[in-house]
Amino acid sequence: MSLAEPAISVRSLTHLRALEAESIHIIREVVAEFERPVMLYSIGKDSSVMLRLAQKAFHPGKIPFPLLHIDTTYKFGEMIQFRDWYPASIGAELRVHTNRDAIANGANPFSLGTQKCCGLLKTRALLDGLAQGNYDAAFGGARRDEEKSRAKERIYSFRDQLGQWDPKNQRPELWNLYNARVDKGESIRVFPLSNWTELDVWHYIYLEGIPIVPLYYAKEREMLVRGNSLIPVEYNYPLLPDEQPEKVMCRMRSLGCSYCTGAIRSTATTLPEIIEELVSFRRSERELRIIDHDQEGSMEVKKREGYF
Amino acid sequence: MGTPSTSIEQFLREHEHSEMLRFSTAGSVDDGKSTLIGRLLYDTKGVYEDQLAAVRNSRINRSTGEFDLSLLTDGLRAEREQGITIDVAYRYFHTPNRKFIIADTPGHEQYTRNMATGASTASLAVILVDARKGVLPQSRRHCTISWLLGIPHLVVAVNKMDLVDWSEEVFANILADFEAFVAPLGITGITYIPMSALEGDNVVERSRRMPWYTGPALLEHLEQAPIGKQYNYEDLRFPVQYVVRPDLDFRGYAGQIASGVVRQGQRLTVLPSGRSSRVKTVTAWEGDLSEAFAPMSVTVTLEDEIDISRGDMLVDPARMPHVSRRFAAHLVWMNDAALEPDRPYLLKHTTQTVGATVTAVRYRLDVNTLSEEPADGLALNEIGVVEVETARPLFFDNYRKNRTTGAFVLIDPASNATVAAGMITERKEDNRAADLSAALRSEEFTSGRLTPAERYARWRHQPATVWLTARRELAYLLERRLFDRGCLVHAVVDEFESHVLPELARFSNQAGMIAICSSGSDDAADRERARTLVGGERFVALEGYELSPDDSKAAFQIIQALENRGILPADRFQVGEGI
Repeated sequence: MSLAEPAISVRSLTHLRALEAESIHIIREVVAEFERPVMLYSIGKDSSVMLRLAQKAFHPGKIPFPLLHIDTTYKFGEMIQFRDWYPASIGAELRVHTNRDAIANGANPFSLGTQKCCGLLKTRALLDGLAQGNYDAAFGGARRDEEKSRAKERIYSFRDQLGQWDPKNQRPELWNLYNARVDKGESIRVFPLSNWTELDVWHYIYLEGIPIVPLYYAKEREMLVRGNSLIPVEYNYPLLPDEQPEKVMCRMRSLGCSYCTGAIRSTATTLPEIIEELVSFRRSERELRIIDHDQEGSMEVKKREGYF
Repeated sequence: MGTPSTSIEQFLREHEHSEMLRFSTAGSVDDGKSTLIGRLLYDTKGVYEDQLAAVRNSRINRSTGEFDLSLLTDGLRAEREQGITIDVAYRYFHTPNRKFIIADTPGHEQYTRNMATGASTASLAVILVDARKGVLPQSRRHCTISWLLGIPHLVVAVNKMDLVDWSEEVFANILADFEAFVAPLGITGITYIPMSALEGDNVVERSRRMPWYTGPALLEHLEQAPIGKQYNYEDLRFPVQYVVRPDLDFRGYAGQIASGVVRQGQRLTVLPSGRSSRVKTVTAWEGDLSEAFAPMSVTVTLEDEIDISRGDMLVDPARMPHVSRRFAAHLVWMNDAALEPDRPYLLKHTTQTVGATVTAVRYRLDVNTLSEEPADGLALNEIGVVEVETARPLFFDNYRKNRTTGAFVLIDPASNATVAAGMITERKEDNRAADLSAALRSEEFTSGRLTPAERYARWRHQPATVWLTARRELAYLLERRLFDRGCLVHAVVDEFESHVLPELARFSNQAGMIAICSSGSDDAADRERARTLVGGERFVALEGYELSPDDSKAAFQIIQALENRGILPADRFQVGEGI
């Protein structure tokens, strides 16, 4: 039997290996202490990393919980293709939940506005999906460097029976001793990537060769150019008078619903180029996510309502 | 953020090998903490341009500079509304050599628990002192809590030196005051840095305005502080978190190494059973490793089949932890409802959660003066030394020696709230022997340190109890048949005193033996007791109507049942008959 060399010769972990060890500990802890955990799978780069960490946590066994995708039906086609391929290819079980009633009643971002649309198709759908599966713990790929309200959120984020977060009444969280106690109907959202930064995520994807949705790579795409915003042409979005889609070399920095996720002009077609762009431009990835900016303290308000 | 010096490849190589340092800060409005962190983030390019633009465009500017750096650490809306910092915020930046995680905590007395939370995972603390005000209760509190939570490196940042004319004397006086305060705690080796976060002196770049100071700027110090010191590589402590069992061939114990090094081939002791085995593999996704060390998350497989579950701990037999139900600890109380001695709490320690009570409060510690005061309980944000008793033994070390196996939290089982954080200071006297034997008084231990796997290797069968009702002759015939197959077997025939048979069966099974019990006809209660005592998986009782009245045929039926249940390996001569 041949043995792999220890991670490094001196006994000190690189920051990525230290983050990895911490995340694996968190994922195992949840599986050991909760009855019905689930992993929220958003198809994005953070979900891809979280999935790899889950594989590592239970290797050589399989991931012992299902993945749940909240499908607003406004996701990019390439995201859905990736969703239907990748989790299955690693033997993970994927469940999909959509707020069918809202869709049937015509919920869409153009007529409802992004805030209301998001409330119905994401937050409501998420809460219903979690309630339906009776899940008592849900992993999410959120990171603390993403947004200021997340900077203060615990790794185990307690949610009441309505899925709401109370920022003023969080449980103290010391060392790696997580409090998993919940009463019936209450739950915990767990964020194993809390201490990762966007750069850490990209670097880990690069080192580990983790598959990601091709939308992250630059390519000529049909876009609507509105001021500084690049809006992808999908799902027959209503055009402005005299508006014509243009071919633009661009990529997505983060993935959400196609209408609410702006693209950036970019020529980065490889991971090192994406990372180079990231370290030289230094614009925060959520800048182009409309939902973060539709009102003051936007993310904090959504989280209080039950958004993950 | 370090910009790629020559190429992205070089940047990636550097960044890949960079280490991680977690440090804590504490402070409140006006002491310059937000400005200091804002300065670190800004000067290391840890701020995104759009976030910076928002700050530049902000109407608020409490500083004299171009824009207010302290706004970069702006928090929750709830906090902005009240103009205070409520909770720990985590912030991130990096230099080419290191990734830094700041646990940014509020400084007021009512947030002692948040300070403790931030300090629990930090390996360095930056304690802020306002040069104009000198050493205030808040700096003392942060220092004491950092010491209690075992942070190995303390830095005292004497800030706002611009407001005291960069005076060496002011700095020297603060240093002397601080040293006098920490002397009783036995703290040495504190690094003192005079700075102005507002002007940027000695934060990232060395100041030219204080030529009398020859030490490093804060960031230089953060980049050089030794990191390895935070882990103990001597005493192996591997708390079992989860058992990975994908199939019958693999049974691995998953966990994060709390301290020490685990190597392939190493002999380990399992607590609480006290049984020992060797490490067969140290398994990771990348392949089997020759060794793994703290804080890696790995999966360990052992040479022997031992019953191990979550909450057990794998340790080096030459360097055992304490095993006890009683110990003393520093306790930081974190809940509005005060500590009540003798009230049941849940205690979470490594991977086990047990019932616990605080049996006595020895004293309350005044964080500002370090004086010990008598107390009956502890209220929110109070710190004391208490005695704790747990329902099951814990495997622990002094917190000073091991920040993982010396730490615990208390949870109120009624409200589910995390009510306290504890740091174990000592095992209580005179109970080690008693506790050890209690801990080791398990079924396996009473039958000796031989493992079931060793017994199986010798006898080639599992232990079992065959229960017969009034079939004395069948019992003897079956004993003969099994003996002839090389089994360790004993017919325990007692039709008059059958109530002792369950105990006899259990003892025989512990020795690895197949016990054939034949009892009197009215034995239903004894049979069920035996089933419970020896365990269902070892208990074989064929009902009367299933069992042939012919002894020879009945013996064959029973042997087949033993084979089907995996207790006896199938007899290849019989199986192969048809070939």
